[in-house]
Amino acid sequence: MRSLAAMILKRIGLGFVTLAIVSFIVFFAVYLLPGDLAEEILGQARTPETVANIRHELGLDRPAGTRYIEWIGGVLTGDFGRSLASGRSIAELTGSRLVNTFFLAGFAATISLPLSIALGLAAALYRGRLIDRSINVAALTAISLPEFFVAYILILALSVKAGLVPSLASVNPDTPLAERFYRTILPVVTLTLAVAAHVIRLTRAAIVNLMANQYIEMARLKGLKPSRVIVRHALPNALAPIINVVVLNLAYLIVGVVVVEVVFGYPGLGQLLVDAVAKRDIPVVQATCLIFASTYIVLNLIADVLTIALDPRLLHQR
Amino acid sequence: MNKTMVIFGEPTRRQVLLGAAATGLALGLGNQALAQAAPKKGGRLRLGASQANTGDSHDPGTWGVSAIVNLGLSGAVYNNLTEIGPDNVLVPELAESLESSKDAKTWMVRLRKGVTFHNGKTLDADDVVASFNHHRGPASKSAVKGVLDAISDIKTDGKDGVVFTLASGSADFPYLVSDYHLAITPAKDGKVDWEPAIGTGGYTLVSHERGVRMVLKRNPNYWKAGRAHFDDVELIAIGDIAARMNAIVTGEVDVIGRVDIKTLALLQRNKDIVIEEVTGTQHYTMPMFTDTAPFTDNNVRLAMKYAIDRKTLVQTILRGHGRPGNDSPITPANRYFAADVPVRDYDPDKAKFHLKQAGLSSLKVDLSAADAAFVGAVDTAVLFKEHAAKAGIDVNVVREPNDGYWSNVWTKKPFVMCFWAGRPTEDWMFSQVYAKGSRWNDTHWDNEKFNKLLLEARAELDSNKRREMYREMQLIVSNDGGAIIPMCANYVSARTTKIARGPSIASNFDLDGQKCIERWWMA
Repeated sequence: MRSLAAMILKRIGLGFVTLAIVSFIVFFAVYLLPGDLAEEILGQARTPETVANIRHELGLDRPAGTRYIEWIGGVLTGDFGRSLASGRSIAELTGSRLVNTFFLAGFAATISLPLSIALGLAAALYRGRLIDRSINVAALTAISLPEFFVAYILILALSVKAGLVPSLASVNPDTPLAERFYRTILPVVTLTLAVAAHVIRLTRAAIVNLMANQYIEMARLKGLKPSRVIVRHALPNALAPIINVVVLNLAYLIVGVVVVEVVFGYPGLGQLLVDAVAKRDIPVVQATCLIFASTYIVLNLIADVLTIALDPRLLHQR
Repeated sequence: MNKTMVIFGEPTRRQVLLGAAATGLALGLGNQALAQAAPKKGGRLRLGASQANTGDSHDPGTWGVSAIVNLGLSGAVYNNLTEIGPDNVLVPELAESLESSKDAKTWMVRLRKGVTFHNGKTLDADDVVASFNHHRGPASKSAVKGVLDAISDIKTDGKDGVVFTLASGSADFPYLVSDYHLAITPAKDGKVDWEPAIGTGGYTLVSHERGVRMVLKRNPNYWKAGRAHFDDVELIAIGDIAARMNAIVTGEVDVIGRVDIKTLALLQRNKDIVIEEVTGTQHYTMPMFTDTAPFTDNNVRLAMKYAIDRKTLVQTILRGHGRPGNDSPITPANRYFAADVPVRDYDPDKAKFHLKQAGLSSLKVDLSAADAAFVGAVDTAVLFKEHAAKAGIDVNVVREPNDGYWSNVWTKKPFVMCFWAGRPTEDWMFSQVYAKGSRWNDTHWDNEKFNKLLLEARAELDSNKRREMYREMQLIVSNDGGAIIPMCANYVSARTTKIARGPSIASNFDLDGQKCIERWWMA
């Protein structure tokens, strides 16, 4: 157990190094984009004087290196700075967006992950039969279509034609919880279709792979039901890869849903990032990217810890 | 200022001189309200706004791009000194009257009395001076700094009088102050505090989640009669055009701006939805640097102008929702539009003739294009390539990135795609983009006769003479100017039948000149 704790500490340390590198890359990537905040705000109406005035007031006329070091200094003391475009604090900007993003990801994960694992198990159980094939075909079709297309089809069918659910997932901090669930049904269905295939296919493959093992044969020879063989004997040994794919999909649900946010008008972190990049609002881009990077780091850490907990052999590297 | 001209306020004999503008004034707002079925009070308007960004600011100097800010703040929370009414006639808003000296250089504005801001402060001259000074001066960051350079001094004259001194006479000054950036904000120690968005308008700001939504509430003490009918207004940012169309079809919102013209025909079949279409001042342009070869020769410019098939472009790019342009930035939405001048036809033979006049047998030019200029700009460029090929002109379409288009391509490359929202007056449009040395002269054009007429027409108060002058200027810019102006796009928006509006809607911007919140009501 001691070595597990050491590993976690080491990984957290490495996580911070990763975040520092990410912030550096993001800062200079935005810096390299054509145009800056002053030009983006004024657009066609810009004049050299007004652009210079905006740059001067926001400190954009100082060297990029200095600005980056100042920003890092602020972050180390817990101050993420203010949005250059609107002058509001980063915490205020990201707060409700973060809640929205985690709400949507959480809702989608609660529906999609158990469903996909169950379907994966079913496909493994009835391998080669009609049910297996149908699950496979449906999952592959869903993942082959781009998310925005699936979203439009769902809007057309369920919202425009049938009038069952709202086409717009506009929520705000005052929206009651029940309405939040109701308004986000279509985005959740879209996301479920997008992530289901990975989890279903991997669960099925992992289980099928184990079915050739001798202990499974033994269990069968004991006369156990096939479903019990899979759930009690195969699944625990297949958990490691399944956890990994589940965690990667969770991360995807948090950081990769900007297209779905746009189509449904859902105010999540992804739209915030796109807006900020469009305006070259570097502090907001930095903060959002750090949130996304941290999500990946933390979820990967959890996946590794769980995998090791399930298979302690992994702690002792040869 | 003993010889003055009253533009607004009590009708006087001199108003006749201003023709249309003054006639509109005499009718005033009161009569107009009578002509309509009485608007109903109450209800909640939900408006799907086409553009909004998390970085949206309440600073009036930055307004322009965000539809939520334009419609919600400039259109409902604030008032200006003057307003372009639903019938496209300029009427006084916070000003009670505007009088000019005979040379149109000094303008005396009398403010309406008893108007209060949402925080209870009474409107006075200091507020107006501070609101204008916010955009002026060397440290200004405002998008209209260049426009206000025409004002050399602003002074108060008592509690409700403001005197504007202009660098040169301008008969159009009352139009200038209707610009949406020039919202009147309360002053504190000579400075404006725009952050809380406190105006004199029909609605108060309840909340604004930037880039997402804005909520407004009716101002019970609104000074303007017959306006601001909804109890509450919710503006929702729906940037995705398909999502916006879906939102109005499924009844999530009552009004949307910037309808998708590609699927408009489908929307028109829905009997619960009304399409609102007006010809505004916006136009698409293709500026050529007139001081850069080969465009230095006007014959080359004319060849280019004859080599574009405007009618086809209107049919394909705008799907008929617009009109062919005539290489002049003045549209039927302007007062002095020269309607009698026929639009230049597509004529490859004439184009070839002008090429020959320029001593060329063929021509190869680069055209920089990106959809940042306007939706369909790249397609327009490619179609133009095909049209021009028939005249022996080889147009090489250069795809440019959307990012930084206005900074790195427009006014930097010699031949590009461009868009202008247009301006309510001829003088404003010409003097910003086509006059010699003007700030946004994207064609580097310098026509002596044009520049001289521009100054004369600006200070001319006789509207018949002005009409004649502006007609001539439209001809000059069309026949000699550096921009191909192939088409003017209509403003197309939509409302459900749950929402009603007056007998006419303004055409200076979409959604009733961006004022639908205070002008429309629940049917």
